[in-house]
Amino acid sequence: MARSTFVYVTYIRTTPERLWSALTTDVEFMKQYWFGTHCDSQWTAGSPWKMVSSTGQISDAGEIIEADPPRRLVIRWQHQNRPELTAEGDSRCTIELEPIGTAVKLAITHTIEHEPSKLIEAVSGGWPKIISNLKSLLETGAIVLRDAYPAAVSR
Amino acid sequence: MADRYDTDVLFKALADRSRRRLLDLLHAHDGRTLTELCEHLDMTRQGVTQHIDLLEAANLVATVRRGREKLHFLNPVPLQEIYERWIAKFEKPRLKALSELKKRLETANG
Repeated sequence: MARSTFVYVTYIRTTPERLWSALTTDVEFMKQYWFGTHCDSQWTAGSPWKMVSSTGQISDAGEIIEADPPRRLVIRWQHQNRPELTAEGDSRCTIELEPIGTAVKLAITHTIEHEPSKLIEAVSGGWPKIISNLKSLLETGAIVLRDAYPAAVSR
Repeated sequence: MADRYDTDVLFKALADRSRRRLLDLLHAHDGRTLTELCEHLDMTRQGVTQHIDLLEAANLVATVRRGREKLHFLNPVPLQEIYERWIAKFEKPRLKALSELKKRLETANG
């Protein structure tokens, strides 16, 4: 079956434990690098998962398929707001952490059994900014981008 | 800090027409095997492998094993970092100027 996938990889100078909490339980930290958004879950296999925007709107929801802290997290992920994206059904987001020297390799793989996929197109634009912000926040204590779309001239 | 070194590797990886072509091929269609990539380049398989190795070292290409196949994916994260480091900061004054122009024109019309 045709599928759409992206794989994003970065190396962050931190520990797997610190990175795991930044991606899961540390909600306040997450809001800093995710443009006000956070994810809400118990972070154990079978528990519900949802992504909540800064205005409290649930943009995406699903459940945790696998949780092996601080190494591997698999999320069943369905978009909720835009009907054409919701109609594509479930996608799967796999987050893998692997210590390499003094850094941690973070690999995010997002897949849907659809080709081409509007969902993959939508999330693929957002992830690099989020990952880049996460990296600088963990390494330097500051984020680079304050807005997801700083080119908006009307502000 | 490995930052300076990483940046050198990154720019070196981008400073080659065939490697940029490989990135364009992956951008058009991600998740290709080496054989599929070779079909689009007038180069030996060994040559393509060397270019892919450099792109992987610069973290511009990520690979995933699926069974016996190795699939190649464009990894845009280092490009995002270049954008933030070298482009975004030069754009800001111009965007601010545009924004102020828009505000002034709209106020004048109202």
